[in-house]
Amino acid sequence: MNDTLLSVKNLYKHFDISGGFLDQIKFSQGRLKCEKTWVKAVNNVSFDLAAGETFSVVGESGCGKSTLGRTIMGLYPPNGGEISYRGSRIDGLDHKQLLPYRKKMQMVFQDPYASLNPRKTIRQALADPLRFHNPQLTEGEIKDRIDEVMLQVGSDPQWISRMPHEFSGGQRQRISIARALIVDPEFIVADEPISALDVSIQAQILNLMMDLQQQRNLAYLFIAHDLSVVEHLSDRVGVMYLGTVCELSETGILFEQPRHPYTQALMSAIPKLEGGASTHVRLKGEVPTPINLPSGCVFHGRCPYVNQRCIDEIPQLNRLDDGRQVACHGVEEGRI
Amino acid sequence: MMTFAGFKDSFLWYSFKRDKIAIISLLVLVLLVMVAVFAPLVAPYDPYDPEMIDIMNSEIPPVWEDGGEKAFVLGTDSQGRDMLSTMIYGMRVSLIIGFGAVALQAILGVFIGLFAGYHGGFLDSFFMRAADVQLSFSYLMVAIFMSAILQAIVGVARFGEIAVPFLILVIGFSQWPQYARTVRASVLAERNKEYVEAARVAGFPSAQIIIKQIFPNTLSPILVLSTIQVANAVMSEAALSFLGLGMPIDRPSLGSLINSGFEFIFSGAWWITALPGLLLVILVLSINMLGDFLRDVFNPKLYKG
Repeated sequence: MNDTLLSVKNLYKHFDISGGFLDQIKFSQGRLKCEKTWVKAVNNVSFDLAAGETFSVVGESGCGKSTLGRTIMGLYPPNGGEISYRGSRIDGLDHKQLLPYRKKMQMVFQDPYASLNPRKTIRQALADPLRFHNPQLTEGEIKDRIDEVMLQVGSDPQWISRMPHEFSGGQRQRISIARALIVDPEFIVADEPISALDVSIQAQILNLMMDLQQQRNLAYLFIAHDLSVVEHLSDRVGVMYLGTVCELSETGILFEQPRHPYTQALMSAIPKLEGGASTHVRLKGEVPTPINLPSGCVFHGRCPYVNQRCIDEIPQLNRLDDGRQVACHGVEEGRI
Repeated sequence: MMTFAGFKDSFLWYSFKRDKIAIISLLVLVLLVMVAVFAPLVAPYDPYDPEMIDIMNSEIPPVWEDGGEKAFVLGTDSQGRDMLSTMIYGMRVSLIIGFGAVALQAILGVFIGLFAGYHGGFLDSFFMRAADVQLSFSYLMVAIFMSAILQAIVGVARFGEIAVPFLILVIGFSQWPQYARTVRASVLAERNKEYVEAARVAGFPSAQIIIKQIFPNTLSPILVLSTIQVANAVMSEAALSFLGLGMPIDRPSLGSLINSGFEFIFSGAWWITALPGLLLVILVLSINMLGDFLRDVFNPKLYKG
């Protein structure tokens, strides 16, 4: 963990969903009020990412993992906190100032059917970003780079004059990866890159991503909800629940012995081949809405170990002896 | 990049070959447009040339009626102009105004729709409310108002010279919201797709994303709308000319020809109104039929290619 590439500190991202002015006016207790409604998608998230490392973010749907990835990429402006890349702040930069970082940070998307422009050939999809960032390249050099990247992702360079609809989902995802690689990045946000693929293709794409990581010393922010994939792939894992990180740790010890009650419930949901009594921890209730976050620990309404302190006080990430960070009063007090 | 070979394999060509109405409409439309473009070569007389007009030839019926003359196949109008030539030239004027107005609408509407839809927020609200206001009063009212002012400024005599650009402007400005709304709707659908986000991650400036990434994906609704709008513009022009607000009688369009014959319809000279009217119907119908065909082809719910 010496060579810190990306550092996220106390990141907040809230979305205004209150709509127009007329929708904001509410009548309560005999008074007209103008109030906005916010979806609190990401709250106080901090982590570091080293060069060449794979950091996975897991959590159920709607817990803010995709929002986290997109905010880091600058697709959404954060509402608070800091994002630094190799020590320099990149949040709040304008379009021109961000350009040098665009070459270094790229993104692979979830839906391979929507992530390629249906009216552009593969050659255009790959050449446009390359030419934009490297205007000095000649046509021959661009062609060489495209061929090289296509071969690296396991696609035939002869396919580049085809349109996206002529490819299957797995091939498209390879091309999406090629598009991210063409500007030679060192950090890639992979937003559930395999969720929309066939299981047989998932393994190919994962192996491809791991090979590319070794060849190019890439760092991944891997957003996923498939826990066995995450265990296989990542160096470290952050578990998110309702916009906050509840446990952050090296992969091995997290899967061996989860500490946070939510992580324990999540891990117990991994299907196992061995028979015997199910150890599945059943949580009560539903995930609360991110519009009205619960007070204190966001997990307190569903936690089997809840006490008064959990309802009143927001837990912070604390580093334990084995290096992992857990945001839980119970763990801190030694109750769990 | 649509090559000719690519077009021959396309779903558009495939369904066109199997749609008799579309084939006939296209043939009729191409024929009419060619006739209009080459009017000086095709038309037997020049209706703009006073020396070729003889008032003694007025109101001669078409050749198949009693009293018809071979020199004037479709008869003559009240001023002694050959109906066939006048209609050909009139269709030319109608088509120039129709295409010109649609080009203006399309340029305005597509730009406003693209930028309003992509950026959203205040820009979007401003232009969409402007579009609502524009659509909430009739283009006829605007046209009557504007042409009254313009005729007062330049005089009725010179109004004839600027009538074509005037009609293009009035019809063009009154119909841009159609384009703006259509384009905005497809931009809203496209803008949150992941290829747009990928372009943003690649660092392209937003104007380039709008023009190079989103605009090509809004082309099919624009194409369908354009055919319908050309027909609408031709009809709007005819309506304005019929009301006496459009083309003057010495440079008639189809609408003003219909108008000029209207007073003679009860004195038996039906052809002065009916023949240009028929031509207008055929022209508008063929454009609309083609538009229907394109709409069906581009409708993804019916797409089976």
